[in-house]
Amino acid sequence: METGQLVAALAAGVQSDRVLFREQDTAPYECDGLTMFKAKPKVVVLPETRDEVCHVLKTCKALGVPVVARGAGTGLSGGALPHAEGVLLVMAKFSRILEIDEDARIARVEPGVRNLAISEAVSHLDLYYAPDPSSQIACSIGGNIAENSGGVHCLKYGLTVHNVLSVTVALDDGSIVTVGSDALDSAGYDLLALTIGSEGLLAVVLEVTVRLLPKPEEMRVVMAAFDDVTKAGDSVGNIIAAGIIPAGLEMMDGPAVAAVEDFVKAGYPLDAEALLLCEVDGTKEEVADELARVEAILKESGATMLRVATNEEERLLFWKGRKSAFPAVGRISPDYYCMDGTIPRKHLSLVLRRMREMSERYGLRCANVFHAGDGNLHPLILFDANDPDEVKRAEDFGAEILELSVEVGGTITGEHGVGIEKINEMCVQFSSDELTQFHTVKAAFDPTGILNPGKAVPTLNRCAEFGKMHIHHGQMPHPELERF
Amino acid sequence: MPLVETLCKRLTAKEPVSVIGGNTKAFLAGRLNDEPVSMLEHTGIINYEPTELVLTAKSGTTLKEIESCLSEARQMLPFEPPRFGDQSTIGGVMASGLSGPRRMHLGSARDCVLGVRLINGLGQHLKFGGEVMKNVAGYDLSRLSVGAFGTLGVLTEISVKVLPIPEKEQTQVLQCTQAEALDTLIRIGRRPYPVSAASWISGALHIRLSGAASGVESAALAIGGETLNDASQFWSGLRDMTATEFNSAGEWLWRISVAPTTPTNTLDAFCFDWAGGQRWITTEPNDLSPFELAARLGGHATCFARDREAGTGMQPLESGILRLNHRVKEAMDPHGLINRGRLLEEAH
Repeated sequence: METGQLVAALAAGVQSDRVLFREQDTAPYECDGLTMFKAKPKVVVLPETRDEVCHVLKTCKALGVPVVARGAGTGLSGGALPHAEGVLLVMAKFSRILEIDEDARIARVEPGVRNLAISEAVSHLDLYYAPDPSSQIACSIGGNIAENSGGVHCLKYGLTVHNVLSVTVALDDGSIVTVGSDALDSAGYDLLALTIGSEGLLAVVLEVTVRLLPKPEEMRVVMAAFDDVTKAGDSVGNIIAAGIIPAGLEMMDGPAVAAVEDFVKAGYPLDAEALLLCEVDGTKEEVADELARVEAILKESGATMLRVATNEEERLLFWKGRKSAFPAVGRISPDYYCMDGTIPRKHLSLVLRRMREMSERYGLRCANVFHAGDGNLHPLILFDANDPDEVKRAEDFGAEILELSVEVGGTITGEHGVGIEKINEMCVQFSSDELTQFHTVKAAFDPTGILNPGKAVPTLNRCAEFGKMHIHHGQMPHPELERF
Repeated sequence: MPLVETLCKRLTAKEPVSVIGGNTKAFLAGRLNDEPVSMLEHTGIINYEPTELVLTAKSGTTLKEIESCLSEARQMLPFEPPRFGDQSTIGGVMASGLSGPRRMHLGSARDCVLGVRLINGLGQHLKFGGEVMKNVAGYDLSRLSVGAFGTLGVLTEISVKVLPIPEKEQTQVLQCTQAEALDTLIRIGRRPYPVSAASWISGALHIRLSGAASGVESAALAIGGETLNDASQFWSGLRDMTATEFNSAGEWLWRISVAPTTPTNTLDAFCFDWAGGQRWITTEPNDLSPFELAARLGGHATCFARDREAGTGMQPLESGILRLNHRVKEAMDPHGLINRGRLLEEAH
């Protein structure tokens, strides 16, 4: 379809300055947080009203034009990668907090509201929104719904799906429905659970009602160093076996610690093979109790060094190191590639050992940060994007890590989503029948397939191609094949 | 032939299939049209490692077996599913999606599901989700299948998140009206107290605190009231609905799910749970007004009367949502073969 024709059809229901199509205007939107994949959208629309969103959907459905919704564009799996023949629907202007009900402890917000902005808006009420992905300063709640985002406090406080009461969405035909309600459950099938984490393939988010929690009275963090990753991994199991569910439980390996310490000066010990941060929260009495027990367990588990943050400033500094791990690694390498597999925690040392072997084989460095409590591993593969061979090796290295995650009984993605990045690895985790079931569920919502086509669930053809290529590992061409 | 294989074959041949677990919840969500097959022989805990906080079991495994296995490791199902009999199975728990008092604190049955294996309407045995806490690969069909009363597929295996049994539990009782109870809970809800259950019944608010002993004790002091002696008996009575208040003869029992802050003067409940989110009312037999009432309050009603005729159990759905429900059913079971007559198919 001609760009002019599409622009005219869209402008019939959207204020014209909200429809961008000149190359200099659309170029800033060519990728999301996964910069390895880029595509210029045919048209970018920045709607400001529900009517405009619905008009875009109806128009695109009538014309058979793909629609990719985008929040803040911080996603790490290319879920908001534009479609070269389609419309990129940027929801950033839906940025109002509509209602805060402190008695019911809920907030009703538009999808473009930033994750952290919710907590900031209710901070004076001593409430907060629990899921806290590392990108929470920038990422939007609409994107969090699409990805079912997690964060460092998931083990105790859950993912997005556990903290959202309802979502109002626009469907492919421009109709609007609300799934979920202000009650704790709803009649019929749990369409809310289905919508959350559907990566923009089922509907476009227009409004979200989130649950708010009272801020803990106190939070304390203890840092423990280990001379061996296995010991560090075991200590996590020991804490849980003692009946303690910490608010946060994070691990970094030696290379990650080195990168972070150089960047943030968080006081991390540079000789550690593994560093563990364990946070406990609750009332003052609970925290004092649990902290003492956690310290004892860590000591028994062979920690070579233990430090409890003595004040809030130091607590934030300990965390700043962990939360800066990605940019810190960004400083020691021109580019890095962040993986997101989840594994049963008991296989941690095996997985780390295998990754070290891969690191040598591919000739690329790798630093590991790990949501240790819930088994979600973020290996950061270091490479130079200007070197095509390194890019390819990084991609292969990443793919092999994901396959290893599946092999030990885990998953290819814990919280970043499949997007375009892990679409081939979906063929490893799911059978053809399972993938077909995903496609029929997609068709139940979007029978003509205009919403974010080509993402999240691979076609069986693509898997067949990938399977074949997989045998000739090392000769796999850049996987553009059938991407859209 | 193993049961799963038999069921796959029957569905592949487009024969209708109905399944039940221990058949303890037959009074909920419509009536099966076809003679059901019991999943009770499909039993056994497949994997349980306490430090991974995950248990996987075949769907016919009884809740009793699972709970006794968990308690040996001092762990529990976080959502305290109601037990309507010793035959109650984990498959039935998930198919009905019911949760007990602790739901307000640690989440519902759906929240705790990590993965399932199910047989879809084409007779394909499929696996969704897994055995890890965080997993966003593919649509969340495991959580979708919770509360579907088996109509989206025959559940064969379930992986569920488990948690440690709290070090200490203590229940405080405050004599007050239902309206006062809600006000109190709104106030308490703003504080980070370890409240694991909150229910008003027979003129008293019961608040259960769970966690580290010191935290429980200090919160109990702040909340006040009397400490209940036989607390576990009280909470079981509520969880399993064996308390006398739930068994008034000649009346119909209804569960109304609403926003927890819904004013008490709009809804004449004899009991609430989940800090107000789950209310229990009774009506004369055949009185279907709770559906309208619940809809007006933005919630939904479920009939729990055991002696009712078929076709009056679940809240009628709003048209847009109903259309999506039908399409999802069609996607999972295109020929409409599984558990005919239940959930969406009950006649209103």
